[in-house]
Amino acid sequence: MKKVLVVCGNGLGSSMIVEMNVKAALKDMGKDAEVSHTDLTTAKTEQADLFLGSEDIVESLEDGNKNVVKLKNLMDKNELREALENNL
Amino acid sequence: MVDLIMKDILGTPAILVGLFALIGLLVQRKNSGDVVSGTLKTVMGFVILNAGANVLVQSLGQFSSMFDEAFAVEGVIPNNEAIVALAQESFGTETAMIMLFGMIVNIILARFSPFKYIFLTGHHTMFMACLIAVILTTGGFSGASVIILGSIILGALMVLSPAMLQPFTRKVTGSDDFAVGHFGSIGYFVSACVGKSVGKGSKSTEEIKVPKSLGFLRDTSVSVSLTMVILFFIVAGFAGPSFVEAELSGGQNFLVFAFMQGLTFAAGVYIILAGVRMLLGEIVPAFKGIADKVVPNAKPALDAPAIFPFAGNAVIIGFLCSFVAGLVSMLFLPLLGLSVIVPGLVPHFFTGAAAGVFGNATGGRRGAVFGSMANGIMISFLPALLLPVLGSLGFQGTTFGDADFGVVGIVLGNLIRLIQSNMIVGSAILGLLALLFLLGWKTKTNENKSDIDAA
Repeated sequence: MKKVLVVCGNGLGSSMIVEMNVKAALKDMGKDAEVSHTDLTTAKTEQADLFLGSEDIVESLEDGNKNVVKLKNLMDKNELREALENNL
Repeated sequence: MVDLIMKDILGTPAILVGLFALIGLLVQRKNSGDVVSGTLKTVMGFVILNAGANVLVQSLGQFSSMFDEAFAVEGVIPNNEAIVALAQESFGTETAMIMLFGMIVNIILARFSPFKYIFLTGHHTMFMACLIAVILTTGGFSGASVIILGSIILGALMVLSPAMLQPFTRKVTGSDDFAVGHFGSIGYFVSACVGKSVGKGSKSTEEIKVPKSLGFLRDTSVSVSLTMVILFFIVAGFAGPSFVEAELSGGQNFLVFAFMQGLTFAAGVYIILAGVRMLLGEIVPAFKGIADKVVPNAKPALDAPAIFPFAGNAVIIGFLCSFVAGLVSMLFLPLLGLSVIVPGLVPHFFTGAAAGVFGNATGGRRGAVFGSMANGIMISFLPALLLPVLGSLGFQGTTFGDADFGVVGIVLGNLIRLIQSNMIVGSAILGLLALLFLLGWKTKTNENKSDIDAA
């Protein structure tokens, strides 16, 4: 089971919406994965197969071994789908 | 038996919220494993929130003592998470009920009015529910009337707030895909209007090169820690080592004490946020699922950071200008006999950034600068003016931060204070909301006037 973690500054609002969009996209693609959302501080200590978030937030997660995808527009479903297709 | 159900079960906010999640999960026909884990997590989220409040309140008390000793005025740190968590002890049941029924009113209004917005920023829904519960209860309402009136007010705000901003949101995002659902919206609205009036011919902020080094402040726990440690250092310095070490720290060096207290505050906020996250994890998706079924072509109203990517530079400029305006305002507040509102990095970051994005959309660089400054002034003065209507909750050393909480609280609180009869107050509030709907309906674009009323 792959794990996707969506990250935003507070871990409350936008990451939760993106999490819902990720779940919907995965359903469309016929894939299954564990999806959750959190704040930046917590994300640094978490393990996941894919970290998603807006560019200015998640670039500080890149440590060389995390798989981080920086989204240009959080609300763009096509961009999100592409990120999922290339990384899961 | 009745007592057990009414008082012990429904009177325990954590269980009440858990029941909402349970109903939501059952309605969505989730499997039994999901139902059990979702319900338990929701209840636990509420317990965590209270635990965070206990951590935070100790540090707040120390801050107040030092501030009072140093400046002989009351210093208040606006923090939505803090005040809501503190309020849950006395207003938990009302908050939970208003939140649930407010969401239902939101769905009904979106279904039958031209404002098809579904307000998905769950924590703000909860904070506003809490504010309304406090104001109505403090104003002498009780029982079912608090819940009924409160949820109508909340549900109406949940569609009016995104509707008011939508013409500007379209300008920011270049589409009509989503709205902004955030209770700092009056600040953004003012910012956009300021931008319109000052920004003739000003170029967009996005043509400037802005250093990215402020990115680390996007991390809430880092920015809260940093602000609070700096604040505690300054206040401890003014209160003097002898006072701090004799009265508060039990002999511990005053700077070490200040450092640890600042981080204790930040840890409290971190715990509360973790609790809120767990608490809403099931409720918001259920709300969205139900709304999507009931409201054809519903438009999601999202948290403010959803618009940040559309103007990355305006985010930084807006935060800085809002924060500077907050610092300047802090010096003027005591001259007017108001409590000192200590500007927090977090409220200024989120609302200042959003104000900057809106100001830039209507008035380029000048709009972003002056618009976010207007927001910074608003989130300094409104929290101070809000304190008197919060009743006993206003003495905890913290208050609501964002613009809409201030405006709604001040308008509601003073209406209740001016009019003696609850019946008339209720009718006046409903009349005011109906008027706003009609205004929005007729123009579908907002005038300043309705904004002042809506607030």
